[in-house]
Amino acid sequence: MSETNNKFEAGIGSNALKAPQRVVFITPKTSAKVRARAEKQLMSYPQLILRGLIAFEVLTILLVVVSLVWDAPLEQLANPLVTPNPAKAPWYFLGLQELLHYFPPLVAGIVIPTLVVVALVVIPYFNVNIKGGPLWAADRSRRLLIFIVSVALLLIFLGLYRAWTVILPTVAIAGLTVVSFFQLERPQRLVRFLRTRPLSWWVMTWFIAVSLTLTIVGTFFRGPGWSWVWPWR
Amino acid sequence: MTTTTLEQTMNRLRATRAWRSIFRRGPARTNRTRSLAIFGNVFLHLLPVKVRQQSLRVRATYYLGSISFFLFVVLTLTGVLLMFYYHPAVPQAYLDMKDLRFVVSNGVFLRNLHRVAAHIMVIAVFWHMFHVFYRGGYRPPHEFNWAIGVVLLLLTLFLSYTGYLLPWDQLAFWAITVGTNILASAPFAGPQLRYVLLGGNLVGENALLRFYVLHCVILPLVAFLFIAVHFWRIQKDGGLTVGESDERDKQ
Repeated sequence: MSETNNKFEAGIGSNALKAPQRVVFITPKTSAKVRARAEKQLMSYPQLILRGLIAFEVLTILLVVVSLVWDAPLEQLANPLVTPNPAKAPWYFLGLQELLHYFPPLVAGIVIPTLVVVALVVIPYFNVNIKGGPLWAADRSRRLLIFIVSVALLLIFLGLYRAWTVILPTVAIAGLTVVSFFQLERPQRLVRFLRTRPLSWWVMTWFIAVSLTLTIVGTFFRGPGWSWVWPWR
Repeated sequence: MTTTTLEQTMNRLRATRAWRSIFRRGPARTNRTRSLAIFGNVFLHLLPVKVRQQSLRVRATYYLGSISFFLFVVLTLTGVLLMFYYHPAVPQAYLDMKDLRFVVSNGVFLRNLHRVAAHIMVIAVFWHMFHVFYRGGYRPPHEFNWAIGVVLLLLTLFLSYTGYLLPWDQLAFWAITVGTNILASAPFAGPQLRYVLLGGNLVGENALLRFYVLHCVILPLVAFLFIAVHFWRIQKDGGLTVGESDERDKQ
């Protein structure tokens, strides 16, 4: 390998007792595993096994206590002729059901869940998500323009369907993103934290904010005909 | 009369032929025998022999992955017990729920345990995924294990959803009706897909039987396989690297 080609660095494992001699090539794009230094390691048995057992015991106690004070619901025998109003899916699908209230079934029930699953799977296959540099670290004005245009298009789309329970968390998170763009003289701790966040962090946080809002609204704030109700009334 | 300590009793037990034939290693006092305890065991050998001290701290993982797995174990055990008292038939399924409440000893407690664990498992698996994301745990070389994790999330949801129909009360019936109507809106083959899942166009006794088989046999087996691969890949991908992103946060 020529000296001028500085693409690779070579190192040689020295402890022949522990490992056979091996040459290591480390490219500039090091993987997480290669970057790991010699950290203190513990034996899984008993350290990991014991901690696992303790976690299992704590969990079991918690489950037993909850099972003693809370009863699983059981309603009347299933009757296809009597439709409850509203008929609700299990709580983890109520976010989707809330989307169904705004969007056509094909979009809310099929397209959006499929896109979410695909998006989750491909996260680690894009370098931008692996590097995880702060969103506003470089190329600031162009990125801000792209960001504002994308959010505006998204909000127009949501606005056409009047999907308020999606619009609110979207505006909140997008607002925080824009706040973190400005370089304040005396930034709060939260702003300093937000400023170092990468794009993937913002997208995931937005996704969680929207999902949580939709699920909570669908569970507690929706009554007959999927109309808005206050749970305490 | 001599008092024997636990240590002495254990030593005597370990020296017996039966004990040695089962464990085939000495007491776990050296790192060699501690390693043997892991990779000499068909179940434990999915785990790494050594773990980074950083990754064992509670704040590193909150043990969310382990807790998800433990919930799966609890659900399997309570689920098998529930199967002893359950017939996937209309309306016997609902009458069995009544029996669990009024006839079977601790039947309510058993059903509560299964239901509570199921709800908490959905929460735990979601939380686990978000936590891994924010810790950067999806980064190479963990990218394939992340994808397996997404599959496990979907399996958890399907397991919970198929179980939702089994009590055959109004809550169950209409929740499944709402859900499968969404499926019917899929392009090209939506109604056909629903027909396959329900064994008909409406939620009826065929649907109950299919959901029962999916819930008690097919999905748990598939989930079990994926869980095994998930654990195995943690080890093969070089263990958890949670300590690193911790340091990155401090910088």
